[in-house]
This record gives sequence, structure tokens and C-alpha cells, in this order.
Amino acid sequence: MHRILKSSPPFPPEQGRRAWQAWIYPYLLLLPAVSVITLLFGGGLAIALLQSVGLLGVLGHGHFTLSAYQHALTHPEFWQSLGVSLYIAVLATGLSVIASIGLALLLRSAGRWANLACQITLPIPHLVGVVGILLLLTPSGWIARVLAAVGWIQSDQDFPLLVNDGANLGVLIHFLWKEIPFITLILLAVLRGIGTTYETQARVLGASPWQCFWTVTLPLMKPGILSASLIVFGFVFGSFEVPFLLGPTFPRTLPVLVYRAFTDADLNQRTEAIALGLILSFLSTLIIMAYLWLTADSRKGQTHTTAPAKTASRPNNAHPHHA
Amino acid sequence: MLSLRILRNTLLSVVILGLFLPFVPLLIWSFGQGWYFPQVMPQHWTLAHWVAIASTSSRVGEGLLNSLIIALITTGLSLLVGLPAGRALGLMEFPGKTGLKLFLLTPIIVSPLATLMGIQFILIRLGLNGTLLGVILVHLMPTIPYMTLVLASVFANFDIGFEIQARSLGASSVQAFVQVTLPLIAPGVFVGALFAFLISWNEFLLTFFIGGGQIFTLPMMLFTLLQGGNNGLVAAVAITSLIPGLAFLIVTSRSLEDDAALGGLGNV
Repeated sequence: MHRILKSSPPFPPEQGRRAWQAWIYPYLLLLPAVSVITLLFGGGLAIALLQSVGLLGVLGHGHFTLSAYQHALTHPEFWQSLGVSLYIAVLATGLSVIASIGLALLLRSAGRWANLACQITLPIPHLVGVVGILLLLTPSGWIARVLAAVGWIQSDQDFPLLVNDGANLGVLIHFLWKEIPFITLILLAVLRGIGTTYETQARVLGASPWQCFWTVTLPLMKPGILSASLIVFGFVFGSFEVPFLLGPTFPRTLPVLVYRAFTDADLNQRTEAIALGLILSFLSTLIIMAYLWLTADSRKGQTHTTAPAKTASRPNNAHPHHA
Repeated sequence: MLSLRILRNTLLSVVILGLFLPFVPLLIWSFGQGWYFPQVMPQHWTLAHWVAIASTSSRVGEGLLNSLIIALITTGLSLLVGLPAGRALGLMEFPGKTGLKLFLLTPIIVSPLATLMGIQFILIRLGLNGTLLGVILVHLMPTIPYMTLVLASVFANFDIGFEIQARSLGASSVQAFVQVTLPLIAPGVFVGALFAFLISWNEFLLTFFIGGGQIFTLPMMLFTLLQGGNNGLVAAVAITSLIPGLAFLIVTSRSLEDDAALGGLGNV
């Protein structure tokens, strides 16, 4: 394993180039990635927008109308769907983050096998997780059978409804099962980057374990926690197959609502589906912007908080410096 | 201290048990026959489900091959695009950097549903809807952001001095990159590739929209089978679709200890 000492400033080797070339160099390097994302994501979004206002039509009307949005917003399920989507995304993200902080701290001093075992759900496709959870938690699932065998329940009627239930417990269980290992993996890398210098110092100076966690460890982990929760929230909020298969039939999440409208036999529903999809994209953008704005200080804080640790602990740091 | 260690190990055992639990019925179902409530174990064991998915009529082979082709090409392409982007974001300071980085992340934090419907409209007119190429193109949307994020962090922890030295000793920029930089950042590149591969391998929604029912991947197959209700067959297909991901994880598990690579995901 190479341990690289960070010694030289972050400049490309082409120092001899003329100034404007050096200036444009990073943009050139970013051009392929930015072009692909602009063309695919931005292009797709623009066309969806044109479709949603009737200028580019499935049915080809060709004149501007906002009726799709009117239909979308007056859809009998819309507000409930929005509520359910937010409920699942907030709860799943919040609970997984809290659990992951605990798990990361536990795994920090554990062996390699425990670490590997806790990564088990990382490569598992969501659909496979859904199948596993269905076979485990339905009223005739494996847990119900085990409980019946030991005599805790008499029939499958006695088993609580844990999938396709009104509270979306099945959906939440699935996301916790899948996202806790993901966030934990990120937080472990962050923790290793922080090192133990500050914590040791705090303990030596007389802080209790709880004080040490609350005033030293947690603040240092904060940027990692905020980043990971952003990724997970965005994913869960827009997830389709999990609530579709593990959630109740009513009320459905926004992505499921979009899917239903899009696959409806009535083609008029399609523009409504696109409008709904755009509202969904707009809402996630809005939430994420608000989140970024609210957490700007904490996320930027990492430059100051981890910079000394970098020189103090290990050169190969989890936190690249960001100005 | 001893009691603390016991507490820690107990907690960890409970978590690990919980993580592994859904695999138990999955495994049993794939080998079970006539397994009715409230039997804890099936009355008969059978290989029938595995024989069924091995036969050509099941299309599992086709799904496996499609998934593999799509995931490998997607990973390769996102590496190609992600390496320069990661280099710029990891090693250089320039105006608009934060904004550009955030922009590259939009596909993984903003719901792709509306975008997909727009892309589908265009791909139909280009004759790319329902083709492998079309599916690979949309799979780049979630893989490029992950790849860029991981590689940016990898490059930020890479000492450019090695490259400068190689260049000053007469290596061309390509030589320096291939012979010096690439071997040094390899563990991080593996992590990026692992994420890209897994995301593409696990992707359902994008394939579903753009594949137009023509491109049959394993997640598509699972989704269809799930509506059918043959638990044994579903379980066998589900287990089949775990294998490449698990294999990839084991191969790259050493690289997953590369803090620099994973730290990137904690640094949006």
C-alpha cells in the first residue's frame, strides 16, 4: 500500500503553458462529463418541459397550455402522495443516518470481518432486497412461520401487517436495510480520515465519552453525515420500485403516481405524467437547494475543522481539501 | 472494558443478523417445493427452480448477458468521462468549481422520472429506444456522478509530484499518466468502477423506460416475475442476480478500505 505524502501544491504539470491555456485546462477536463450530463439530463428535462406545456406533444397539439399542470395539481391523490413521499424520504434518511453513526462508531474498533459483513447489502439490487423482505415479512413469510412454530401466533391472521401496509413500514425497513450499510461505509472512511488525535486529546483533558462524542467526534463527522444524507434523501424521494412493490395501494408515492399515469392506456394521461414528473423534479431540487443553503456553513466548516487533523494524523486523508 | 466489548459485539451481531436475515427465506425458497404456511422448512427439496432458470426458455441467460454488457460498457464509459473530471475537481482550483461539481451530481439527487420521459421521446425518434445503446446512454446519468465524486477525492489525495517527476525525467504526459498516475490511483479507480458497475447492474427504472420492453435485464426479469407469484423461481433469479455484485465486492473489498475514494461520497 502506497502512503503518499502530500507535499506539492495542486497544480497540473503543464506549468510552462501560457496563462489562458492553464486557465481553460480544468474546464476542458470537465467538458466530457458536463456535456454528457447536460445533454442527457438537461436535454431530457427540456424536452419533458416542452411536452408538458403541449409544445411538443405525444398527441401533437402544438399550442401552449398549462392544463397538464392543472390536472396534475388537482389530481385527487397529489397532495397525499407528496406527503407520503416526504414522510418516507425524511424518516428513512433520518433513521438510517442515526443508525449509521452508531454502527460506524461500533465498527471503528471492530475487525475486518465485521466490517465486511456490514457491507453485505451494499451490492444487493433493490429488487432482490424487495424479494427478500417480502418472503421474510409477509403474513405467510418466514418470520411468521417461525413465530407460529414456537406458538406465538396461531395463524397468519395474527401476524402484524409489515409489508404493503398503510404506514409504509415495509418500504422503511427496506431502505434502512439497504442504506445503513451505505452511509456507514462513507462515515467509516470519514472517521478514519479524522483520526483519533482530537478524541484522545479530549479524553486526556477529562471529557467523558459522551462529551467527547457530542463535542468532538460528531462535529468532525458532520460534513460527511450531511453529504451522505443528501445523496440518500434524493434517492429515496425519487425511488419507484420499492414503494411500488412494498408500499400500500393508497396513497401511493409521487414516483408511483407518475408511473401509473405514464403507463395508463389513456394517452392524455401522459402529459399529466410528465407534468407530475417535472413537479417531482422541481420539488427535489427545491428541497436540496434549501438543504444546501441551510447546511452551507457546516459543510464548508470541514476545511477548518479537518485541516489541522490532516497534518496531525495521517497524510492520506479522507477529506480532500476544498476551498 | 470487557463488558463494553461484549456490548459492542452483541450489538454488531444483532445488526449483522438483521442484514443477513432476508437472505434466509430467499435461499430456502430457491430450493423448496410445496412450502406452505406454517411450515418453517419446506417438505421437499428440489433443484427444479434452478433447472428452470438454466433452460433457455427462461431468458435468464439473456438477462444476465444483457445486464453484464450494459454494466461493463457503462462502467468503462463513465471511467473515461470521470477520470478527467475527477482530476479537474480533485487537483485544481478554478472559478465555478463548486457549481460545476453540484451540477454533475444532479442526476443522483434529483428524481430522473421527468427527464426519462423527455429522453424517451427523443430516443424513439432517433430509433434508439429499446436498444442496448439507448439503455447504456441513460445508465450514464447515475454512474457519472458517483464516478466523478469518487475520483475527485482520489485525485485530491494524489501527490502530483510523482507525475511532475516522471515528466521531468522525459515521460510524455500519456506515459506519465499510464505508468505513474494510474497505478497509484488504482485502488480508488476500483472503488469508482465498483459503484458504477453496481448502479448499472441494479438499475431498474431507467432500463424499464428506455428499454421499451426489448432490453431484458435481470432487474426487469425480477420485476416481471414478482407480479407472477412463483416464489421459488423469483428467489432463484434473485440469487442469480446477486452473484456478479458480490464477486465484484469481494474482488475490490481491499480497495474499499481506501478512505480517499469513499471519503468523496462524504464530501458533496
